[in-house]
Amino acid sequence: MKSSVKMAKLTSLFVISLSFFCISEAVFEDQVGKFDWRQQYVGKTLFAHFESNTQSSKKMFVATDKNIFASFNSRTGDLLWRHVDKTGPEGSIDILLLHGQDALMVVGDGRLLRSWDTNIGGLNWEAVLDTGSFQAACFVAIQDTVKLVAVLKKAALSLHYLSNGHQKWVENLPDSDAVQYQAVYSGGEEEVYVLGVVPNSHLTIIAYSLEDGEIIKQRSVEASWLSSVESSCVVVGQGVLMCVDPATLALYTLPIQAEETPEFSQILLQSLDLEVSPGFQPVLVSSQPHPARSPLSEFFLQLGPDHHVLLQLNADGYTIAPLRDFQPAFLVSFATTGKKTVAAVMTPKNETACAINLFSVDSGRRLLDTTVLFPLELNGGKPHALYVHAFLKKDDSVGYRVLVQTQDHALTFIQQPGRVVWTREEALADVVTMEMVDLPLTGTQAELEGEFGKKADGLFPMVLKRLSSQVTLLQAWLAHLWKLFYEARKPRGQVKNEVTIETLSRDEFNLQKMMVMVTASGKLFGIDSKSGSILWKHYLENVQPNAAFKLIVQRTTAHFPHPPQCTLLIKDKDTGLATLHVFNPIFGRKSHIALPALPRPILQSLLLPVIDQDYAKVLLLVDDQYKVTAFPSTKNVLQQLQEMASSIFFYLIRSDQGNLSGFRLRKDLSTERIWEVVLPTEVQKIVAVKGKRPNEHVHSQGRVMGDRSVLYKYLNPNLLAVVTESTDTHPERAFVGVFLVDGVTGRIIHEAVQRKARGPVHFVHSENWVVYEYWNTKSRRNEFSVLELFEGTELYNSTVFSSLDRPHLPQVLQQTYIFPSPITTMEATLTEKGITSRHLLVGLPSGAILSLPKMFLDPRRPEVVTEHSREENLIPYAPEMPIRTEWFINYNQTVARVKGIYTAPSGLESTCLVVAYGLDIYQTRVYPSKQFDVLKDDYDYVLISSVLFALFFATMISKRLAQVKLLNRAWR
Amino acid sequence: MASVPRLCLLLSIIPTILILCADFACCNTGRKTGDGLDTDFSGFSVPLEHSFEVDDVSRFRMRGALQLRGGRETSVSLSQSQLSEEDRNTLKEVAAVDGLYKIRVPRVSLTDRQTERQMDGYLTAFVRACSLVESHLSDVITLHTDVSGYLIGVSIVTIPGACRGTEVEDEVDLEAFNTTLTIIPPTNAPQPETALFIERMDIEHEKRGKPQEQKSFFAKYATSEDRHFGDATARVLIQFRGAY
Repeated sequence: MKSSVKMAKLTSLFVISLSFFCISEAVFEDQVGKFDWRQQYVGKTLFAHFESNTQSSKKMFVATDKNIFASFNSRTGDLLWRHVDKTGPEGSIDILLLHGQDALMVVGDGRLLRSWDTNIGGLNWEAVLDTGSFQAACFVAIQDTVKLVAVLKKAALSLHYLSNGHQKWVENLPDSDAVQYQAVYSGGEEEVYVLGVVPNSHLTIIAYSLEDGEIIKQRSVEASWLSSVESSCVVVGQGVLMCVDPATLALYTLPIQAEETPEFSQILLQSLDLEVSPGFQPVLVSSQPHPARSPLSEFFLQLGPDHHVLLQLNADGYTIAPLRDFQPAFLVSFATTGKKTVAAVMTPKNETACAINLFSVDSGRRLLDTTVLFPLELNGGKPHALYVHAFLKKDDSVGYRVLVQTQDHALTFIQQPGRVVWTREEALADVVTMEMVDLPLTGTQAELEGEFGKKADGLFPMVLKRLSSQVTLLQAWLAHLWKLFYEARKPRGQVKNEVTIETLSRDEFNLQKMMVMVTASGKLFGIDSKSGSILWKHYLENVQPNAAFKLIVQRTTAHFPHPPQCTLLIKDKDTGLATLHVFNPIFGRKSHIALPALPRPILQSLLLPVIDQDYAKVLLLVDDQYKVTAFPSTKNVLQQLQEMASSIFFYLIRSDQGNLSGFRLRKDLSTERIWEVVLPTEVQKIVAVKGKRPNEHVHSQGRVMGDRSVLYKYLNPNLLAVVTESTDTHPERAFVGVFLVDGVTGRIIHEAVQRKARGPVHFVHSENWVVYEYWNTKSRRNEFSVLELFEGTELYNSTVFSSLDRPHLPQVLQQTYIFPSPITTMEATLTEKGITSRHLLVGLPSGAILSLPKMFLDPRRPEVVTEHSREENLIPYAPEMPIRTEWFINYNQTVARVKGIYTAPSGLESTCLVVAYGLDIYQTRVYPSKQFDVLKDDYDYVLISSVLFALFFATMISKRLAQVKLLNRAWR
Repeated sequence: MASVPRLCLLLSIIPTILILCADFACCNTGRKTGDGLDTDFSGFSVPLEHSFEVDDVSRFRMRGALQLRGGRETSVSLSQSQLSEEDRNTLKEVAAVDGLYKIRVPRVSLTDRQTERQMDGYLTAFVRACSLVESHLSDVITLHTDVSGYLIGVSIVTIPGACRGTEVEDEVDLEAFNTTLTIIPPTNAPQPETALFIERMDIEHEKRGKPQEQKSFFAKYATSEDRHFGDATARVLIQFRGAY
């Protein structure tokens, strides 16, 4: 009886303790969007179409390289809907065709044919296509109405009904091994034509009957100059194939439908007075406004990077008349509305703008009042593509809006007469790395700071200076008061809190920061963390598509008057050669510091805590001959480096050889190899290495245990966590290895092997712990494991940590839990002083971001609850890790394809700033230990102050009364 | 004058002997150290080399031979010779300029297959020469292996590990190494402890009382309803009592 009572007591305690830990952290409804924002992106546009050709239509559709099909509101640039398909080639969009309400899409290199309802973005139908790589597709009309879509694969042609996706017929293409079929054409007749080529030999034309897929005609035309139909031929006019040959500089025409055995007729470009720029491959552009009719007989020929000619094929089918020469002209595009087709041409106007004009296609005349100016940004990309939305105005003249895509993936929508309606920075769909930088102080604050920074120059001038700065402070305060007063009179909605680059200043608690984001396309962004507005952007040209980036903050904002300085290390993955881009993270301006020459491939970079006389941290770059380049490399820095050389160590990891090696710097900036660890690549390969974050603070050196003794943490700042995966992928023998290696001495501190496990491994290394997540191949589930390192109950050397003098290995505790979801990324929260308890931020494939208390990942969680473990607030061990919905910090604001999470401390110890990026960007704040240092929003100031006043008056009155009473008593 | 060349000769002989010994895998000539020597002949031996130079350019010389035994119980022992007088002096000089004392072992596999035992390259580790001197050559060498028995790393620390600048007067202190040698295989990371947890839950359930027998739906519903009703009346009564 007694024991059961005790047990009940125990369980109740257990429940109480649990409920104590599981503090709710959900967002209240009125807090939604207050501290957080989300931006959704789609990626680089591959295909873009406008809905219909009326002035009032608002929708436009894009398909992108991120396998996304989306619709924008063309008035605002907002997403109407978005479909995110699988990543990689499986979901890649081969083509997007638009007809009326239907958007046809071929996905995954000809795997699927999909039809979408463009009104609501719903899927009409989906058809699985036969295997074979996709070549081309086009609409096919029967009796003037578009009813079918033809899909050309490498070896087959199939026709599908537009209404339901059912296959009308499929026919194998003859001789598909030798002939490369590349184009399919339908001009509204009873046949559909397939064009194939045997490179440098002949062209094959096959006409299929629409009715049953029977081959009606099959012709072979001698064309020894032709290598690809796709890149050099278009169909113009009444079914005339027009090709351009860069070798002979001639145009070739061929009537596709001709009955007799046809032949190409040659027209030399010279005879048209046209000249191709040297080294340029000429390009033909034609337009087929309606699939039921034949294409226009007018077409563009691009002769150079900025030279286009509008040509017309005469009615005889083999002579060509030039209509108009456009030079210079960056981009050209056809647009049709109703019966009218126009050509839009973008020409450079001056250094800051391009002009877009419309031309009548029939005559080549410029249409009046159609000029639109496209502003060119100083550090933006060049125009890359032009999508024109033409419409008929009420007076039957042609009006248009234009979407310009630039090389930096930005989309700009412009309306007549040159108003930029919106801009979307689609480069942000692929953020590679980011940093958060403190905003600068305001002018007045900086003034005060500057006063302390300067050398003393006598008593009197200093007093004067102090007085003057006090006056400026007073002025600023008065101005602030005036502004408050002025704005208070205005209605609430009108007060604009727009952030501009000029008004940027640090707020009281340093909660607003500058997010510097580096994208894969080489465009850098400065984003205000509070509002999400882009404050600056800078496009780096000549960045290779596969470049690796590393962003380093060399000087923070704390060193007024020196501007903050960020350095971006851009490394070409193929050659290993690196370049540096040094800029001011607040304004985005490139700084004019002399950069070191980096002729050799760079292997490693490390930021030293050493600063030069301008307070910039020194960046060391190690090249493939193990020579070190310092940046900045002033005399002062070199001298400091010489003095410190023997205590500067660095490590290199070559995952292809399984080699980890350590180096020490010599005085002449060469290096010597001092340790080497080799993990044989036959057994396991290194997949990831992580050190600790240099800006991480650990507040407490140890943990107080239940018996009041202290368990000291093993806080080695040089510790590296190396994760390996076995080369053997058999589920029984596969393993994941976790090595903890000291980066200075190369000592293997701990080596753990997780059997029957497979990657992808996500892990976080911080403080004295490593948390990693892997796939358990035996139980087929995701598991979390935590490793914690302790020195024991006594510290070896409590004053300073040195890797060279720490002979005893730490105690390692480890525990593993089941996690009921796969994850895509993981990061730990970070706060100013490290007092706040830590949470893990886990990005899930669903787009949710889970804030998991580190408390649940504690290898000291006891199997059996004891007095001591309760004292320590340890949660009893449970093998399964819970996922509570209130732990999702982004409620319904899911982040599609979350790729990385960045955490930064704020000025408030309780608050950690979080940015999750992937396809979308989401910024919020988290409070791992709740807001212990902030009053709540709904804090009742009135009540507390009235109580205070009441108490104050009560004391005053009672004091008075007491005095009177005392006086009376004295008189008695 | 004459003693120097003789010493050199001696020095040059010692490594050769050691290498020979290493080849025959039966070396037991040196001083017995730390772990005690395992004279099992099924094992094999690899050289342990060290380097300490004033100019910090590595020139590895023989320090001793590691006796390794693979298989189920991996074991290791070390036979090493004393430091010569010249070496002692060099070591002290290196310690004076805060140079490094490096050791290396060849990459080997402890598995039984003799043919592919040796691989290219070495595993290297270092310790500050001054700490080695100040600890009177008492060092701890640890060899790490991976899951399949390859040697992947070596580490050396001295106890005590600090350099306090104390002079080592006695030459004898620097003659012989006092080495503790261990070989550490990887530890197996734990799996989630489901079985134990379920067992514990079962025990708790049992302690809390017998699990209720299966009742029909109606019976269960009726009784629970009853109880609730009873509860409610009791609460009402209490409240009434409280009011009056």
